[in-house]
Amino acid sequence: MAGSEIVPNITVSAWKVWRRNWDVFFKTYKVNFIPPLVEPVLYLLAIGFGLGMFVGEIDGIPYVKYIAPALLAISIMNSAFFECTYSSYVRMYYQKTFDAMIATPLALDEVIAGELLWGATRSLIYSTVMLGVLIAFGVVDLPSSLLILPFSFLAGLLFASIGMCFTAITPGIDALNYPSFLFITPMFLFSGTFFPLDVLPEALQIFARGFLPLTQVVTVTRSLTLSTLSPYFFYSLIWIGIVTVIFFFLSVFLMKRRLIV
Amino acid sequence: MDSQAPVIEARELTKTFGTFTAVDRVNFSVYPGEVFGFLGPNGAGKTTTMKMIQCVSPKSGGKITVFGLEAGIYQREIKRYLGVVPQETNLDLEFTCYENLLIYSRYFGIPHEDAVPRVDALLKFVQLEEKRDVLIDKLSGGMKRRLVLARALINNPSLLILDEPTIGLDPQARHLIWEKLKILQARGNTIVLTTHYLEEAERLCNRLVIMDSGKILVEGSPSALVSKYVTSDIVETENSPEVIGCLDEIGAMYEVFGDMVQVFTENPREVAKKLFDSCNPGRVFARRGSLEDVFLKLTGRALKD
Repeated sequence: MAGSEIVPNITVSAWKVWRRNWDVFFKTYKVNFIPPLVEPVLYLLAIGFGLGMFVGEIDGIPYVKYIAPALLAISIMNSAFFECTYSSYVRMYYQKTFDAMIATPLALDEVIAGELLWGATRSLIYSTVMLGVLIAFGVVDLPSSLLILPFSFLAGLLFASIGMCFTAITPGIDALNYPSFLFITPMFLFSGTFFPLDVLPEALQIFARGFLPLTQVVTVTRSLTLSTLSPYFFYSLIWIGIVTVIFFFLSVFLMKRRLIV
Repeated sequence: MDSQAPVIEARELTKTFGTFTAVDRVNFSVYPGEVFGFLGPNGAGKTTTMKMIQCVSPKSGGKITVFGLEAGIYQREIKRYLGVVPQETNLDLEFTCYENLLIYSRYFGIPHEDAVPRVDALLKFVQLEEKRDVLIDKLSGGMKRRLVLARALINNPSLLILDEPTIGLDPQARHLIWEKLKILQARGNTIVLTTHYLEEAERLCNRLVIMDSGKILVEGSPSALVSKYVTSDIVETENSPEVIGCLDEIGAMYEVFGDMVQVFTENPREVAKKLFDSCNPGRVFARRGSLEDVFLKLTGRALKD
């Protein structure tokens, strides 16, 4: 049971932390389910059908079907990232929930792991609801789109882990605005979400393919909703797998460095 | 009690933050069934010491064992038998009293069917049965503190650690907490607490230490400390040259605090008589020496922060 600096001390107890957040979520489910229900409808109407009137088709695909998988990817990103930045920070700093938990046999490593698993679960919940809306609008292919559900958990874990790294190093809750506006917002626009990467300067294209997590997630979701594999599909999937593992352990390490003093 | 193995044993225990030494080579032992207090001004190192006992903050030097296990290594085993009341009330605001305790029981791996009756019994113990299904927001400060105490008892701890258990409470709420702690002690629990309230320490603690600037200044039972460091009685009177002259004349031990003089004596009647008879003292007031006098004597009257 020795606590080590580097090797995380994680057992199945992490799910107890996850369960606490799950319980809170369903206690306030009425407000929690509004964003995934309303958001895709608004975007589909305004951008898909409205702007789509002028855009017509991209690569032979109706614009509304082109952006539908991007909406899923953005939702996966936002739900996990914001859960593990602002919400985790509130639990850590203001509500002292982590302190209460580590006064029990739980290790801090498990608290963080539980938070990350919960962030990923939130992505899964939101993308499930949103996928239902998109199916109702008839803008995604079945059954391949259903594979987005397990994928959303993995991709959610990626954004949860990245978010938790920022939470671990932020001096205060306001400073979390920097990653939100300088990292999340540009990704939202420049990851092949609303227009193809091809129209960007080549250097930016390479950057987006090589370094932006959302690019990889959109590549996978678009392949699944259009049931057409992108040449980058497997590259993106492996990219997500490797980077998730790195940031998962990095976030646990950084959080221990912050909180165990 | 000394024949028993200590519940907590600290030897040369040290904690540094960068160049700042928060706890400086302290030694203490806490034995089964006793209430052991840590007193000291703000920044004395009390909470840091508590955190090392709780295994949430690693020591920088020395040795600390809890239940005979080394705190830095057997964290999970030790924490299983600890109950902790932290200084800051950190209940889950989204949940009711009942849910707060139930969710906490899961962290200890207590099976649901065992936890439910236990939660209800604990709510009864801290007199919150009627608030069972009320959200935390709707509770008073005293109720929240009682709920935190109940939460700390969810795992039937052998050792209870209380960091400022009655901070910010009104006298009624404070007395209720004291009553519960007395019951817990009578049941054989070992209790370690920190407090600013000297009356609290005097009432509850079998033994205590007074800390200042990371060091333990003294250790003993409240009454032993009072008789060792101050006299059994203290006579307070107004500060005037006449009074000071008189006190010097009879060779009394006294201290001047602003417009007041405190005379330390085993014989308050005699001092008071002398003052009234020949020193024109204004008001004279005699009282028992207290832990507060020991505390102020040892840690000084200057503001600590």
